[in-house]
Amino acid sequence: MDMSEIDTIPVTVTVNGRKVQRFVEPRTLLIHFLREELNLTGAHIGCETSHCGACTVEIDGQSVKSCTMFAVQADGSAVTTVEGLANPDGTLHALQEGFRQMHGLQCGYCTPGMLMRAKVLLSENPDPTEAEIRHGIAGNLCRCTGYQNIVKAIQYAAAKLNGREFQEAAE
Amino acid sequence: MNEMVITREQREARLEGMGCKRKRVEDIRFTQGKGQYVDDIKLPGMLHGDFVRSQYAHARIKRIDASRALALPGVIAVITAEELKPLGLHWMPTLAGDVQAVLADGKVCFQNQEIAFVVAENRYVVDDALQLVEVEYEELPVLVDPFTAMDPDAPVLRPDLDGKTVGAHGPRKHHNHIFEWTIGDKAATDEAFNSAEVTIKELISYHRTHPSPLETCQCLASFDKVKGELTLYGTFQAPHVIRTVASLLSKIPEHKIHVIAPDIGGGFGNKVGAYSGYICAIVASIVTGLPVKWVEDRMENLSTTSFARDYHMTTEIAATKDGKVTGLRVHVLADHGAFDACADPSKWPAGFMNIVTGSYDFPVAHLAVDGVYTNKAPGGVAYRCSFRVTEAAYCIERAMDVLAQKLGMDPADLRMKNFIRREQFPYQSALGWEYDSGDYHLAMQKAMDAIGYRELRAEQKARQDAFRRGETREIMGIGVTFFTEIVGAGPSKNCDILGVAMFDSAEIRIHPTGSIIARMGSKSQGQGHETTWAQIIATELGIPADDIMIEEGNTDTAPYGLGTYGSRSTPVAGAAIAMAARKIKNKAQMIAAHLLEVSEYDLEWDIDGFRVKGNPERSKTMKEIAWAAYNAPPPGLEPGLEAVNYYDPPNMTYPFGAYFCVMDIDVDTGVARIRRFYALDDCGTRINPMIIEGQVHGGLTEAFAIAMGQEIKYDEMGNVQGASFMDFFLPTAVETPHWETDHTVTPSPHHPIGAKGVGESPNVGGVPCFSNAVNDAFGFLGSTHIQMPHDAWRVWEAAKRLGLHQ
Amino acid sequence: MIPGQFVYHRPSSVAEAVGLLASLGEEARPLAGGHSLIPMMKLRMASPEHLVDLGGLADLKGVREEAGSIVIGATTTQAELIKSDLLANRLPIIRETALLIADPQIRTKGTIGGNVANGDPGNDMPGVMQCLAADYVLTSPAGERVVAARDFYQGAYFTALEAGELLTALRVPVPPAGHGFAYEKLKRKVGDYATAAAAVILTMNGGTVATCSIALTNVAPTPLFAEAASRLVVGTSLDAATVKAAAEAAKAIADPATDGRGTAEYRREMAGVMVARALAKAESRAKGT
Repeated sequence: MDMSEIDTIPVTVTVNGRKVQRFVEPRTLLIHFLREELNLTGAHIGCETSHCGACTVEIDGQSVKSCTMFAVQADGSAVTTVEGLANPDGTLHALQEGFRQMHGLQCGYCTPGMLMRAKVLLSENPDPTEAEIRHGIAGNLCRCTGYQNIVKAIQYAAAKLNGREFQEAAE
Repeated sequence: MNEMVITREQREARLEGMGCKRKRVEDIRFTQGKGQYVDDIKLPGMLHGDFVRSQYAHARIKRIDASRALALPGVIAVITAEELKPLGLHWMPTLAGDVQAVLADGKVCFQNQEIAFVVAENRYVVDDALQLVEVEYEELPVLVDPFTAMDPDAPVLRPDLDGKTVGAHGPRKHHNHIFEWTIGDKAATDEAFNSAEVTIKELISYHRTHPSPLETCQCLASFDKVKGELTLYGTFQAPHVIRTVASLLSKIPEHKIHVIAPDIGGGFGNKVGAYSGYICAIVASIVTGLPVKWVEDRMENLSTTSFARDYHMTTEIAATKDGKVTGLRVHVLADHGAFDACADPSKWPAGFMNIVTGSYDFPVAHLAVDGVYTNKAPGGVAYRCSFRVTEAAYCIERAMDVLAQKLGMDPADLRMKNFIRREQFPYQSALGWEYDSGDYHLAMQKAMDAIGYRELRAEQKARQDAFRRGETREIMGIGVTFFTEIVGAGPSKNCDILGVAMFDSAEIRIHPTGSIIARMGSKSQGQGHETTWAQIIATELGIPADDIMIEEGNTDTAPYGLGTYGSRSTPVAGAAIAMAARKIKNKAQMIAAHLLEVSEYDLEWDIDGFRVKGNPERSKTMKEIAWAAYNAPPPGLEPGLEAVNYYDPPNMTYPFGAYFCVMDIDVDTGVARIRRFYALDDCGTRINPMIIEGQVHGGLTEAFAIAMGQEIKYDEMGNVQGASFMDFFLPTAVETPHWETDHTVTPSPHHPIGAKGVGESPNVGGVPCFSNAVNDAFGFLGSTHIQMPHDAWRVWEAAKRLGLHQ
Repeated sequence: MIPGQFVYHRPSSVAEAVGLLASLGEEARPLAGGHSLIPMMKLRMASPEHLVDLGGLADLKGVREEAGSIVIGATTTQAELIKSDLLANRLPIIRETALLIADPQIRTKGTIGGNVANGDPGNDMPGVMQCLAADYVLTSPAGERVVAARDFYQGAYFTALEAGELLTALRVPVPPAGHGFAYEKLKRKVGDYATAAAAVILTMNGGTVATCSIALTNVAPTPLFAEAASRLVVGTSLDAATVKAAAEAAKAIADPATDGRGTAEYRREMAGVMVARALAKAESRAKGT
């Protein structure tokens, strides 16, 4: 068939609380929709084969790798990206604070995906063990940190969200 | 708070200077998705480009037909070598003195080699067009095994070098030979072996791998035809070098090239070199008059833009019966792929491989390296290490274990017996280096005590007995490593890149109100320079780190520097920062003397300002001095308070460390479980312990990956295997061990602040430590050396060879 | 890595979906979680002209009990399988397996229907479904037909599914309460396919095995129901010699390829090791120890 006949189709998504509508080619990947159409460049592309998780965003309360999803599949959904992670009053989310306090990032490239994954992890399991955190972020690769401080950052955030002071485990 | 009653401790703490666990400045933007990486940048009218790549490892190109691609709506251009020829850009020089095809010139020499560059309105159309370019090939015999590269009947890979019997590094012995590099006293070394009581010899291979930062290599070129200016954004670890190379190749004057390296998503050596994508994006922008972006995908990254290692090291040690080493002899067969594009200082075709004597007092040594061509991707970059230092450390640390086994000695004891002693520093090594400082015995003993080394050996013995009795199918390995690195390239007497001396630079400017902007020739890719450079300045100049902005990566504003790789930033740029700050401090002292109406010599530095000796009530803070520098300078002194320093280090620095790994291996599956990993690092003066720890964690994780499975493999047809994150082993949080870190501090005597650099130590020391643990586990069954990588199936094969599956 | 162009369809009923698939024929592919199909499309190894998105079809979702079987809708995601109390109680091997598939994000999107229907030998659920003697419900405009999981797989990416047919549900017979189960998967890292994996369901009567079913993942172009191995252990106390014999019988039907996970020999041996370990774990669970 002649592919030039293919029409763009409307996609309506609520992104970080704002309803947006765009006409896209059906093949438009959600990551490109966010980065190119909406200029939300926080989510990154690392592997393109759904292994690295740098593109992770939250869709209707679940973590999704936006490089392996068409924008049209998100039609009608609520999408949250790292740009929408901070608290409504503008203060940083406990995870953003935890990542800085515990040195949970270096080059910063995996960080938006890691943060968005951790957010959903904590919503499903507000007080995870170290093993649960490690399994919970196993879909996100980091080349810089060796994960140890990312685990601590998530523990820090969990403690804060539970109203506790974070106690670092003894080495 | 009342300024007058603030304590000295509070004044010092307020600076957040050296030694403090300052939180990172970078994190504020990165945690909010506000970093700016190359692919985040969009320019009006921007086009996209990508490559048609070779499906074969070795073939003649008979025909390229781009007509169907060009007919696709949205496609702007298809560039091949024919289009680049009139510009003289179809080949480019490599850092190693070779040349490399920018686009295949009639022939391809490795799979996925660049053949044509397709430019279109967006990346979707580019990808569609790539499918439509037809290339007709005539396959040629493929050379994959470097050990057959110099066979008489080996295929000719580089007809462009036909008749060249001398290369960039001396005579060539064969049409696939690149260079032979030797160092050391051969006769004396041979004599040491002839008279040795004990010798060992082992072929120790370090497989081909890849740095694979999470962000691939990318650039955005924008040529302004009216002004004749090129702006080039890119993932550049060495932006100034890229500017110089771009100018030399394109003939655009260097002042009309603006190279900008924005935030970089990890480098690890991958982003040092110049790649075809950069050249083609620049050419495409010049041709179209529009900005052109090139972003490689992961498969392209793993299979084309560089590789690391691929060293096959035949290693011999001579020793006395009681374990004193008397000589070291190493021959390396180095697989450089299709073009010699190793990212080493130009005079060093095998990098600093001559650090291979390690931490030990070898009276004599000899090293010979033969580089050969094969039908594989070019590269040879320093993947999280100084140039070939990880190969050297792996070689000597594995070989010392083999020697210990032959002597029946404990590997830690053998190392202790042969360490260079503290009083021997500065130490002249048999292969030509001057080690600056170290206290190896102290570090080793601290590490052994911390991990409970003797108890672990006792446990291991009990487990070996249990295994022999058939009570368990697990064996326990203890990896011991003591590494010495050589980093901080480097003194200009030794090191240059294409003639550019490997200095580095810093420019510091204090504003009238006492805040600072400082710019460096280095370029962070995650190391946290914006945080740590400010800490050095804070301590040197007494201005709080929060009042200091660090800027890197913009070649228009930053002083010329050689960039960040090979752990050179702290040893070189870090020194330049301290030296520039001290220039400012000297001038500040003159101003303070003027303000206080005393002689300069009557003043002493005190945390954040100058005070009168013996009368500390009389003082001027640096902030007060800054205002005066602009508004009330002493008569005859020019106003302002800024300085620039270009630092040519007198020597390299030599960080070291003691690493221990405890591992349990299931012999029935070959799966290795890391029980403990302890890393003691001595990187001299510690600028930010939090960042050091983070660097060590990351480097150990990369070492774990490399040792335990990360590999770029080729089949016998030269097809690259597993070039995606499905197969290329990057461990997740689940596989990654827990890391224990520790340190000693032996400052570098020649560095202004005594710092040595740490980012690469964990990779250099980590790889041999994991490998030694695997080998140690099998040692009691008679195995001497098992090649890396130690992924489960290979470990299982080793167990099978030892008859453990009966 | 960009997918080729396609026409997007979002049917609002199963009937509409199968109607579309039937009328569009070979040029159409159903789109569920997309985590097998989209990567293939990005690599241009698949270029369907039409995608029929099943995402809006509530009928295809959910887990329910029906006449001694558990019925699982095809677009039920791995994450939903993990959260299902019904499965945790009646078919805990499904939860155990789902947790070993890919990673949390992929489990959010990946569906059981996609996992069993696309014929990828690396997928984990096909072997488990063979082990459980599950049936697949295939729907077309002509109606439904049922194919046993043990008869469904014909070769790598070749199945009994015909053009225009959609796998809409899985029917899994429920093993007796107190049964032993295990899914043992050897893999290089989280997210990887199995180097070799074995599924075991067994029941014990006193100290002997009353019933047993063993299946293998990713050691052949299709999942393998290890019938001979399963038969061997019935009536035994799972003594060492029997376990070894069962492992040998499983290895005998394995036909793995050499790949990045290891040589064919290694992967065949690992099939045996996984069978032995899965039997031991299932036995221990059956005994409640």
